[in-house]
Amino acid sequence: MLSGRHVVIGMLALTMVAWLAPGAMAADPIRIAYVDPLSGPFAATGENGLNQFRYAAEAINKAGGVLGRPLEIVPYDNKVSPQESLIQLKKVTGDGIQFVFQGNSSGVAHAISDAVQKHNERNPGNRVLYLNYSAVDPALTNEKCHFWHFRFDAHADMKMAALTDVIRANPKIKKMYIIGQDYSFGKAVADAAVKMVGQKRPDIQIVGNELHPIGKVQDFSPYVQKIVASGADAVITGNWGADMINLAKAANDAGLKVPFYTYYAASDGVTAAIGAAGIDRIRLVHETHPGNPSAPKGLGDYVAGYRKLHPKNDVNQPRIHTGLNMLALAIKKAGTTDVDKVAAALEGMEYTNIGGDQILMRREDHQALMPVYISVHTNKAIVYDLDASGFGLAIENKVEREKVTQPAACKMQRPS
Amino acid sequence: MSAPVPSVTPRVRVRESGLAGWIQRHGVWVAAAVVLIALPLVARSRVAVSVMNQMGIAVVFALSYNVLLGQGGMLSFGHAVYFGLGGFMAIHVLNLVGQGAFYLPVALLPLVGALGGLVSAALFGSFSTNRAGTVFAMISLGIGELIHSSSLILTKFFGGEEGITGNRTKAPPLLGLDFTTDTQVYYLIAAWAFVATVLMYAYSRTPMGRIANAVRDNPERAEFVGYSQRWARYVSFCAAGLFAGLAGGLFAVNYEILTVENVSLTASGSVLLMAYIGGIGFFFGPILGAIAFTFLQSMLSDYTRIWLLYLGILFLATVMFAPAGLAGILVMHRPAWRAGRLHRLVAPYAVAGMLALAAAVGIIGLLELLQFTVSGEAGRVTKRLFWVSVPVYAVWPWLVLAALAIGGALGLRRAAPRAAAAFNEAGGPAGRP
Amino acid sequence: MELLLFSLLNGVVYGMLLFMLSSGLTLIFGMMGVLNFAHAGFYMLGAYLGYTIAGHLGFWAGLVAAPPLVGLLGALVERQGLRRVHRFGHVAELILTFGVAVLIEEIVQLAWGRPAKSYTVPAVLDFSLFRLFQSTFPAYKAFMLLISAGIFVFLFFVLARTRAGLIIQASLTHPGTVAMLGHNVPRVFMVVFGIGSALAALAGVIAGPVLGTFPGMAQVLGSIVFVVVVIGGLGSLTGAFVASLVIGIIQTFAVALDYSLGSLLGGLGLTVARTGFLSELWPITIARIAPILPYLLLILVLIVRPTGLFGTRES
Repeated sequence: MLSGRHVVIGMLALTMVAWLAPGAMAADPIRIAYVDPLSGPFAATGENGLNQFRYAAEAINKAGGVLGRPLEIVPYDNKVSPQESLIQLKKVTGDGIQFVFQGNSSGVAHAISDAVQKHNERNPGNRVLYLNYSAVDPALTNEKCHFWHFRFDAHADMKMAALTDVIRANPKIKKMYIIGQDYSFGKAVADAAVKMVGQKRPDIQIVGNELHPIGKVQDFSPYVQKIVASGADAVITGNWGADMINLAKAANDAGLKVPFYTYYAASDGVTAAIGAAGIDRIRLVHETHPGNPSAPKGLGDYVAGYRKLHPKNDVNQPRIHTGLNMLALAIKKAGTTDVDKVAAALEGMEYTNIGGDQILMRREDHQALMPVYISVHTNKAIVYDLDASGFGLAIENKVEREKVTQPAACKMQRPS
Repeated sequence: MSAPVPSVTPRVRVRESGLAGWIQRHGVWVAAAVVLIALPLVARSRVAVSVMNQMGIAVVFALSYNVLLGQGGMLSFGHAVYFGLGGFMAIHVLNLVGQGAFYLPVALLPLVGALGGLVSAALFGSFSTNRAGTVFAMISLGIGELIHSSSLILTKFFGGEEGITGNRTKAPPLLGLDFTTDTQVYYLIAAWAFVATVLMYAYSRTPMGRIANAVRDNPERAEFVGYSQRWARYVSFCAAGLFAGLAGGLFAVNYEILTVENVSLTASGSVLLMAYIGGIGFFFGPILGAIAFTFLQSMLSDYTRIWLLYLGILFLATVMFAPAGLAGILVMHRPAWRAGRLHRLVAPYAVAGMLALAAAVGIIGLLELLQFTVSGEAGRVTKRLFWVSVPVYAVWPWLVLAALAIGGALGLRRAAPRAAAAFNEAGGPAGRP
Repeated sequence: MELLLFSLLNGVVYGMLLFMLSSGLTLIFGMMGVLNFAHAGFYMLGAYLGYTIAGHLGFWAGLVAAPPLVGLLGALVERQGLRRVHRFGHVAELILTFGVAVLIEEIVQLAWGRPAKSYTVPAVLDFSLFRLFQSTFPAYKAFMLLISAGIFVFLFFVLARTRAGLIIQASLTHPGTVAMLGHNVPRVFMVVFGIGSALAALAGVIAGPVLGTFPGMAQVLGSIVFVVVVIGGLGSLTGAFVASLVIGIIQTFAVALDYSLGSLLGGLGLTVARTGFLSELWPITIARIAPILPYLLLILVLIVRPTGLFGTRES
C-alpha cells in the first residue's frame, strides 16, 4: 500500500533523476554587451546597430557558435552620455560579461576606453575587452591607446586621406567649407581636413570651419546661410545621426547645390531626407563595398537576408559583421574567453570580410587596416537601396589599404 | 449610574540625565553609524556596493538641496550647478595631485569639492538671492542653463563632450588605502556622508538655521524682528552650495569622471524629485527620498525601460495626495506608535495594500505591454512580465491586467476610507476601547 | 546682404514661433501666478498628435484637431491638478507642473516610441516661395509666419475687444472683484489654461516638421520659452511679442557672426596670448556662444529689472 511517505520519497527520487539526467540542455552562451544609445536623438542609429549585431550573431550561431557555445548580445542603453556609459559599464562587469562593443560617439568611447583600462588594471582577475566598432577619433588608437581596446573601423584620418585624394582630383573645387559637431570627433575631422587639404591642394581656400553643439541644433538654416554666403564650392562634414538629417533638410530647403563630402550622410533616415536633391552630389567615405552597382556575393546575400527581417533598415555598418566575426575567431584561436588571451589572439589577425576586403588588425595600436570606399548618393543602378527610399550608394572609388594606412603613434603597455 | 471613566496615566516623555539621556538624544546617530559600517558586510555584491555609493552621494546632495527648499523656502532649478562645479574642481585637483603638483590624499578631496561649491554659491548667490519665490526659481534656472551651455565653450574646464576624467589610484595613498576597490570608496563616502549629515543637522539647529526657517515662513515679519531676509537667504544658499559641492567631490572620487550632464537641468530636476518624494518638511525626508530614488533608478532600469514614467507618477502622486512625502507619512503614524495602537492598523492597511498592489500590477502590466507593442524588438512576441512570459498579442493578458487594475481601483475606493478611519482612531486620544 | 536678409527672415519666423508658445504661458502666468512647466510638454503633445492625425487624415486635419484636444487636456490638468494644490502655495504649483512635464515626456515616449518621427511638410506647401541671389526660402516657413501673425492678431482682438477678453483681463488683476460681480473665476482660469495649452499645441503642430518631432523637443524649447516670458514681463502679451522677436533674431544672427573677442581686439591693434589661463576664451566666436546668449540676457534682466521689460508683477 502506498503511504504518503512513499509518495514523497518517490517524488524526490524522480526529481533527482530528472535533474541529474543529461538532457538537451542549452550550452552556456558567451554574452557580449552592446553599449549604445537606445533612446535620445541618436536612438535610431543605436537600434539599427543592435539589430545588425543580433543578425551577425545569429549567423555565427547557425554555423555552430564559438567553442560550442552560442553568442548572446545583451543591450545596454547609454543615451550617448559618457557618464551613463560608465554606469552601464559597472552593470556589465556586475553581470559578468567580458566583451563590450560600442561605437556611437567618440566622446563616449574615450570615457569607456579610460574606464576599461582602469578597471582592468585594478581587477586583473575580472578583465573586460572593449571592442570599438565605430568611434573613429584617431586619438583612441594614438595617444589614448591601450592593450584592451580594439577598433574595427578606419579612423577619421584614414578616411580623410581617402576623401582628400578624391577632392584633389576635382579641379572645380576652389573654396571649401568645413562644418562639424563640437566634440572630439568633429574636431578631429576638421583638423585632418585642414591639414590634408593643405598638403594635397594648397590652392584650395578653407572659407569656413564651423563647430555646432552636438545633437542640439534643430534648424540648420542659419548655418546653411553662412555656407552660401561664403561662396564655398564644396562642404566637408562628419555629422551623423539627427545632426546629419537636419543639415541635409536645411540644405535642401535653401537650395544649396554644392557637393558634400561626408562620413555618415546615408541611411538611418538621412538618405530619405536627402532624396532627389542629392543625386550625384552627396558623397560618402566608408568601409566595405556599398553593394551597388554589383555586390560581392557574400555581401549581397547578407544584405538581402537582413532586409527580410527588417524591411525599413539597412546594413549600414558592415563593420559590425567584421568585428563580431574577428572576435569569434580570436576566441576560437585562444581556446578560451580569458580576455588577455583573446586580445593576444586578436592582435595581428588577418581576416577577409564579407565584402572581400583584406583586413589586418595592426599589433602596434589595435587599429584595423582596410581599404576605404568613396560612394555617391544616386538612384541609378541601385540594387540595395537605403531607408527603403529608392536611393542608395553607388561605388565611385576604392582606395587601397596601403594608401590610407596612417603611421602608428601608440606606445602600448602590454600586461605581463 | 454612569459607567466608570477609566483612569489613564498620560505618557510623559521624561528627559533623563547621564548615559541614558545621552542615548536618548544621540542614539539615532550612533545606530546610523553602526548600520553604515555594517552595510557592506551584509550586501556584498559589486552591484550592491556600487548602488550604495550612488545612494551616499545622492543623500548628501538631496540634504543640501533641502537646506534651500525645506528649510529656506527657496525653490531652485539649478542646484546641480554647485554639485557639478564642486565636482569639476575636485577632479581637476585630483589630476594635478596625480601629476605630483602637490600633496593631497584622496580622502580629503571632497573638501576641495566643498570649497568649489561654496565659492560658486557665494558668487552666484550674491545676485540671485535678492528675491525669493518665482523670481529666484527663474534666476536659478537661468544660471543652470547658462553654465550648462557654457560647458561647450570653456572646454579646458568642462572637457567638452567627453568631460574630465581622473584616476584616484594615482593620488598618494593614505594609511595604505589606495581606493582601488569599490568597498574602500564606500567607506570614504559613508564617512563623509555621515559627517555632512551631522553638520547639516547641526546647522539647521543653529540660530542661523532657525532664522532661515523664519524667513521661509514670513519674510516680512522676520524683517520686522530685525533679521535681513536677503542675508539669511544668502547664507543658506552658500551653505547649500557648500554641501552640494561636497557631494560633487564624492562623485568625482567614485566615478572618476565629470561631464556637462552633472550641471544639467536633468540633474537639478532629479534632486528636486528626490527631496520632494522624501518629504521636504523633515530633516531626514531627503535621505529617504534619495535612497528610494537611487534604488528605483538603478534597480528598476534593469527591468523596465519606462522606469522614469513610474517615478514621474510617484512624484505626481506625492505632490497631489501626500505633499509631506515619505517622511511625512511615517511621522503621521507617530501618535499611533506612541499610543501602542499601531497593531490595529495592520488589518485595514493590509486590505488596502493588497488592493493597491493589485491595481498597481494591473496598471504597470498594461503600461509595459503598451511599451512593448510600440517599441519592442522586432520579431519577439512574448514579454517577461512579473517573472511570467506573456504573449503580447493575445487578448487575455490585456483583459486580465485591465481587470486587475479596475478591480483593484474600485476595491481601493471602498477600502481606503476604512483604512483612513482606522488611522484616525489609532492616532486619537488615549482611552478608546 | 543675402545672409542678412535670410537671417532676418529666419529669425522672424523662429521668433514668431516662440511667441506662439510664450503667449499662452504669459497669459497663464498673468492670470494665476503659475509658471507652467508643462507648457512645452503641451507643445510636444501637439506635434505628436498632429503627426498621428496627419498620418491618417492629412496635415490640415491635424492642424484643426490637435490643438483643441490638447486644450481639453490642459483644462483637465488645471481642474484636477492645479486647483487641488493651489492651497499649498505657488511653490507646490510649480512643482506640480514640473511633475506634469516629466509625466508628459514619459507618456509620449511610451505611446510613440523614442526615435524621432518623420513629420513632413504637407505636399501642397513643399515648394520654395522665392529665390533671392542663390538661396531659396521655403513656402512652409512663410505659412508658419502667417499663422503666428494671425494668432497675435486674434489674441489682441479677443482680449481687447470682446467681452470675454475684458473679463479675462479683469481677472488678471482683480480676481476677487470679478468674482463678486458674478463671474465664475475658477472657470475663467480653467478656460485660459486650456486656451494657452491649445496655443502651445498649435505651435507644435506647425513647428513639428521644421524643428523635428522627437521626445526631447519639450526640453529644447522649454527653457527658451521661459526666458522669453521672463524677459518680456510676466503677464504681458506685448512683452512676450517683443521678447520673442528679439530672442529669435539674436539667436539666428549670432550664428552668422564669426567675430570673436580676439578678432575684435585684433582689429583694435592688440594681440592676445595664445596660451595661458583665459587663452581659450579669445578665439571663441559669437557663433559658438549663440546658445548661451538668451540665458545671459535672462540673468541680466532679472538682476536689473525683475519685472521684465513690459511686466508689472514679479511673482
